[in-house]
Amino acid sequence: MKVLVPVKRVVDYNVKVRPKSDGSDADLANLKMSINPFCEIAVEEAVRLKEQGIVSEIVAVSIGVQQAQEQLRTALALGADRAILIATDVAIEPLAIAKCLKAVCDNEKPDIVLLGKQAIDGDNNQTGQMLGALTGFPQATFASELTLSADGATVKREVDGGLQTLSLTLPAIVTTDLRLNEPRYASLPNIMKAKRKPLDSTTPEELGVDATPRTSLLNVRLPAERQAGIVVEDVSALVDKLKNEAKVIS
Amino acid sequence: MSTLIIAEHDNASLKAATLNSVAAAQAIGGDIDILVAGSDCQAVAEQAAQIAGIARVRVADNAAYANALAENVAPLIVEIAGDYSHILGTATTTAKNILPRVAALLDVQAISDISAVISGDTFERPVYAGSMIATVQSSDAIKVITVRGTAFDAAASDGGSAAIEAIGSAHDAGSSSFVGEEVAASDRPELTAAKTVVSGGRALGSEEQFSMIYQLADHMGAAVGASRAAVDAGYAPNDMQVGQTGKIVAPDLYMAIGISGAIQHLAGMKDSKVIVAINKDEEAPILSVADYGLVADLFVALPELEAAL
Repeated sequence: MKVLVPVKRVVDYNVKVRPKSDGSDADLANLKMSINPFCEIAVEEAVRLKEQGIVSEIVAVSIGVQQAQEQLRTALALGADRAILIATDVAIEPLAIAKCLKAVCDNEKPDIVLLGKQAIDGDNNQTGQMLGALTGFPQATFASELTLSADGATVKREVDGGLQTLSLTLPAIVTTDLRLNEPRYASLPNIMKAKRKPLDSTTPEELGVDATPRTSLLNVRLPAERQAGIVVEDVSALVDKLKNEAKVIS
Repeated sequence: MSTLIIAEHDNASLKAATLNSVAAAQAIGGDIDILVAGSDCQAVAEQAAQIAGIARVRVADNAAYANALAENVAPLIVEIAGDYSHILGTATTTAKNILPRVAALLDVQAISDISAVISGDTFERPVYAGSMIATVQSSDAIKVITVRGTAFDAAASDGGSAAIEAIGSAHDAGSSSFVGEEVAASDRPELTAAKTVVSGGRALGSEEQFSMIYQLADHMGAAVGASRAAVDAGYAPNDMQVGQTGKIVAPDLYMAIGISGAIQHLAGMKDSKVIVAINKDEEAPILSVADYGLVADLFVALPELEAAL
């Protein structure tokens, strides 16, 4: 079976992002960029499926600026076989990303597409579901366990009330949640090897996708700051404050 | 303008989360309809009809919609989408699963997790784990939106008498099926709607010791939350995770016990009215957002607290 794993280049999850001084957008200048953590979980899952002999080929794909090659090399170092960069300087939205991925699916004919459930920059949580709509593939979002066979995929999902299990026909879309696996670190030999793995480059235009944004970002601002509180001496002082000052308990 | 709200329900009763979307729809303005897609879900429709200010409740009652499978419900919504300028759902795992699929079928860019309505086409939403609030304007004819529940006060659940209309069509894609679910039965209040939340972190040290959190919560009539670290470590189930990618809560009182306060956790609770943090590390970031911090060993402080309340 063949797996397609889209990965996104995002600001590293440890970095605190602030608005630009004119409030027009997030200020990403000189910040550390990484592979989106949920995408990393998707790559790891694909690699484990390959190690189990269920999957024979892993294709990583990224849509974004030229430097997203770095995140594709990371995916290759973790075990992807080859990579495709869909290069664009447009601040591309989930709908256009899904359209690019649909075009890749038409060419590559994967049995399963494994994506992160959301990217930690835009926090949209849309791309997998949109790709499901465009391809007509069934979807299992927020996966915490995946069982794949030639007959289909069985997926345990993290939902608001607990866990839900779905069965999907193939090809299928699965988006990853945090508990699906714990990604490995790339070893130095694998990082070296990844440099020689094939990385093709295309563009949304070459794939026939109009990436013109449908929304415009009017501004970004910091949220209202919480006033710093106080440190209380002991439990009885805390209870007193909650009862008599905050009045949140009686 | 007219808005369609996707009802959140379990086929037996309407979930209160629906009322937050009603409030967001009222902020947008225009007629409001509610779609109840389910199986044997007539009771839900009747409840929805009682919400104040609803024009129509449209019910699609068919076995294909029993488990809210996106492959079946999305085409149903698309079928009636032409009647509306806005399609809304509260950002639960159900709506987050279905509405982007609807948006792509309609060829529109969905807007996730709005925290304020500026106008019919302009909305605020948190980005980068709530580090910033973005104002976005949509140029699409139909706005497909998920609503951050904590950002909109629930609309009144009674006082209305909307007409109930049936939708006959059944969309059954046949490509996905429901196998089962593991839902923890609990008498505690629902995490996202509770007035008080007691949350535990990695410092609880084990699943057994995490029971101290349940004990305090039950004593206070509170819901139980957990940090990602506590869930990853297996101390608490996934549906209790509060944070950027878990549940967003904004109770009157949030008690963070043994939680250091990573930005991803703060993203899920910093809109709480009063925040209490109990942590033995006086440098813990949670203390910088807490109204009341107590630097103490939680294993000493929790029994004292329970006795004092």
